[in-house]
Amino acid sequence: MTDTLTAAPKTSTGKSLRTEEMIINMGPQHPSTHGVLRLEIVVDGEIVVDVVPHIGYLHRCFEKHCEHMTNYQQVIPYVDRMDYVCAMNNEFAYVVAAERLLKIQVPERVEFIRVIMAELQRIASHLIAVGTYGIDIGAFTPFLYCFRDREKILDLFEMTCGARLLYNYMWIGGLSHDLPPDFVPRAKEFCAYFKPKIKEFNDLLTYNEIFVKRTAMTGVLPADVGLNYACSGPMLRASGVNWDLRRDDPYSVYHKFDWEVAVGKGEMGPVGSCWDRHIVRMKEMEQSVRILEQALAQIPEGDVQSAIPKRIRPNPGEVYARTESPRGELGFYIVSDGTATPYRIKARGPGFVNLSVISEIAKGAMIADLVAIVGSIDIVLGEVDR
Amino acid sequence: MEQYLTSLFGDTIWVHILMGVPPLVFILLYALVVIYLEMKMAAHMQDRLAYMRTGWHGLLQPIADMLKLLQKEDTIPAAADKFLFLLAPYVVFIGTYAAFAALPFGSAYIGSGINVGVFYILAISSLVVVGLLMAGWASNNKWSLFGALRSAAQIVSYEIPSALAILAVVMMAGTMNLQELSAMQTGGIGHWMILGGSLPLAKKLIAVPLMLVLFLIYYVSSMAEVNRTPFDIPEAESELVQGYNTEYSGMKFAIFYLAEYANLFAVSAIVTVLFFGGWASPFASLMTGPWWSAFWFVTKGMFFVSLNIWLRWTLPRFRVDQLMYMSWKVLTPFALACVVGLGLLLVW
Amino acid sequence: MTFQEIASRLSERFGTVPGIGLEPKPENPVDPYLKVSAEHILEVAKYLRDDEETQFDYLSCLSGVDLKGSLAVVYNLFSMTKRHKLTLRVEVPVANPTVQSVESIWKTANWHEREAFDLFGINFAGHPDLRRILLPYDWEGHPLRKDYQVPEYYNGMKVPY
Repeated sequence: MTDTLTAAPKTSTGKSLRTEEMIINMGPQHPSTHGVLRLEIVVDGEIVVDVVPHIGYLHRCFEKHCEHMTNYQQVIPYVDRMDYVCAMNNEFAYVVAAERLLKIQVPERVEFIRVIMAELQRIASHLIAVGTYGIDIGAFTPFLYCFRDREKILDLFEMTCGARLLYNYMWIGGLSHDLPPDFVPRAKEFCAYFKPKIKEFNDLLTYNEIFVKRTAMTGVLPADVGLNYACSGPMLRASGVNWDLRRDDPYSVYHKFDWEVAVGKGEMGPVGSCWDRHIVRMKEMEQSVRILEQALAQIPEGDVQSAIPKRIRPNPGEVYARTESPRGELGFYIVSDGTATPYRIKARGPGFVNLSVISEIAKGAMIADLVAIVGSIDIVLGEVDR
Repeated sequence: MEQYLTSLFGDTIWVHILMGVPPLVFILLYALVVIYLEMKMAAHMQDRLAYMRTGWHGLLQPIADMLKLLQKEDTIPAAADKFLFLLAPYVVFIGTYAAFAALPFGSAYIGSGINVGVFYILAISSLVVVGLLMAGWASNNKWSLFGALRSAAQIVSYEIPSALAILAVVMMAGTMNLQELSAMQTGGIGHWMILGGSLPLAKKLIAVPLMLVLFLIYYVSSMAEVNRTPFDIPEAESELVQGYNTEYSGMKFAIFYLAEYANLFAVSAIVTVLFFGGWASPFASLMTGPWWSAFWFVTKGMFFVSLNIWLRWTLPRFRVDQLMYMSWKVLTPFALACVVGLGLLLVW
Repeated sequence: MTFQEIASRLSERFGTVPGIGLEPKPENPVDPYLKVSAEHILEVAKYLRDDEETQFDYLSCLSGVDLKGSLAVVYNLFSMTKRHKLTLRVEVPVANPTVQSVESIWKTANWHEREAFDLFGINFAGHPDLRRILLPYDWEGHPLRKDYQVPEYYNGMKVPY
């Protein structure tokens, strides 16, 4: 078939000294590309002239599997495994889409618990994102601190549904288990424990002079380029676009809480740099804790399994619903033909779309910067490849 | 020690061979200690426990690590340049081990009391660059090549501020022989170079800030010489897998590893001899004598090694151009200014 | 703007263009969609992005669907400024599935169209770099089609096991 490179390597970076460009492969196995991603880099010395990402090493045929399920509920474990780092948010997106298709109204208690789980998962996912970003830049210690805090969140999840990473918890119409009696006190304890940890992390890494110098001037994504490439989530917000699906395309009960959307302001460099993306994630964690505290105080009583339909047979039709996952806009496009088997489910992964922008923002960076840029996009190959 | 050995064996070759043995023994024992120290310090800083199972709290782990490395398969990449590939780790080790010849391990022992001591150390430790370049080139791996090139640029650039800092101290002391330098700093903490050496009190007040700055400059450059974070781009794990080390396994990797730690101790030892009294005891006449002086030397050296480990696990790493910027545009001008200032002070 | 308003604005602008194939389907549960013909999708997309009343500057999702007998491409558009959305659908016969590429309008379509090509075999005319994205570059067949048969061998390895 065709070559792996799309076009002949571009000519040198325009300097008068005649240099030759080298094509390097940051191969599928590499300590810093957050998964099996292959980056073909054309370098002139240390400067990157072009980056061509090759994905598909983790393609697990999610969409084809869905077409052979006997039931819409059976898709949920598959949806978990797409972006394995934030499984609750994946399930949330899918059940929102399916409930919109089936026109099911879930009890309020279910909505509150879903929001709590989604926000806890958002914190856990951002902890991984910032921790591994620290490692990419060379600071090994913040990573361990993030994982220590993440263990507490995973303990909460294990208490509820028995699983630490892939839950199969949110079902269409309800949840698989109700909250155990000491979930709410322990979650409140966690919120109180976690708030000073964000500050500690910021002191250690975010405002560290070396870290700022490494990240604040690279990977600048202008807002209009971001919109044209349909970036979403922290990537878009760091470029100054005040857009959050939880507030602007509302779903579930987010409108009942009082919280702010974190937007990048370019405090340490141009707006839309890698540092802005990092600080947006840190601020989002603070806001998630705020939402958590409010939600924990207001959970109504009810039965979480009352609205789960016994037989799911939607009318023929289609729906596209999207929610805010830690990486951006996770959307599900479901087409139903009237039978119990889904006809077509397409998952629009935020990582897939955010990664396509790398060839724009990495031009002219150095190889060390390229690692920083890929780390700041925060991709999880599970949802890029599905 | 040389006199003692001559009295035992007469003036034969054995004297010289036995004089060369203590640093080697020291390096091997020290490697075991520093591996354990690094792991435990890193772990406690990261809120976790490290080895707990091999021996009480993991004390036997370094031995297990060494045994593991010794029995690993020595692979050589198919298209590698065999001769250079095999030679590289040993060149690096020779470069660092030879520097130990001029270090005073106590008032009774110095491997070779040449009168160009510190100048010799600077020169011979540049051999390390050659070894690294050989390793990177011979591995036939683009990423190793990158690591080696960056490393060469880094080490060569940082030799300038470190040489200027050393020059300042040599100016103050009037000698390059490290044994004499240490001997000059006996008599209590007030005689240490960082506190002005043997200058009168009025001049000390001006000298001390200059010496502090020079100490910082030298310490930072020495971290760059040893390729430790925040200057560890040559082995930056997240970008270059293991940099110039990537294709090495087994015994050759163990030699690189050993050489890196030996180099770390060598520069820490130079820092203590130049600025912090070498083997001189901080109390005027307490705890002096040949064995006590060896104890002080090793303790002070290990203190700076632990400081280096602490910094490694706290700070992120510099990018190549920022590193170069720091060397040429920050450290070198400051070092020059301090040398000039100190020179004027001494002449006055 | 509601779906009806957008549909009527589009038919005002394009209703007289031959072969445009504008067919609003408001009765579709849950999301109404608008059918457009394959040769005119580029003009319609450009108009939808640039017109001040619609301003669809965000292409959320571009999916392929295999409706037995024909292949469809579905575009989920959204407007950041106006906060309204629209779904477009283009249907093409299986024998000659060619659709104009909208990559020049929304750059994000680059990777989405590559995925639709990879999994369904839909050809996007005008796409700068149409090659497979998720499957290996020398894979044969388009897996998400309903009549797809898993090949026996791929490069000498047995596929179904």
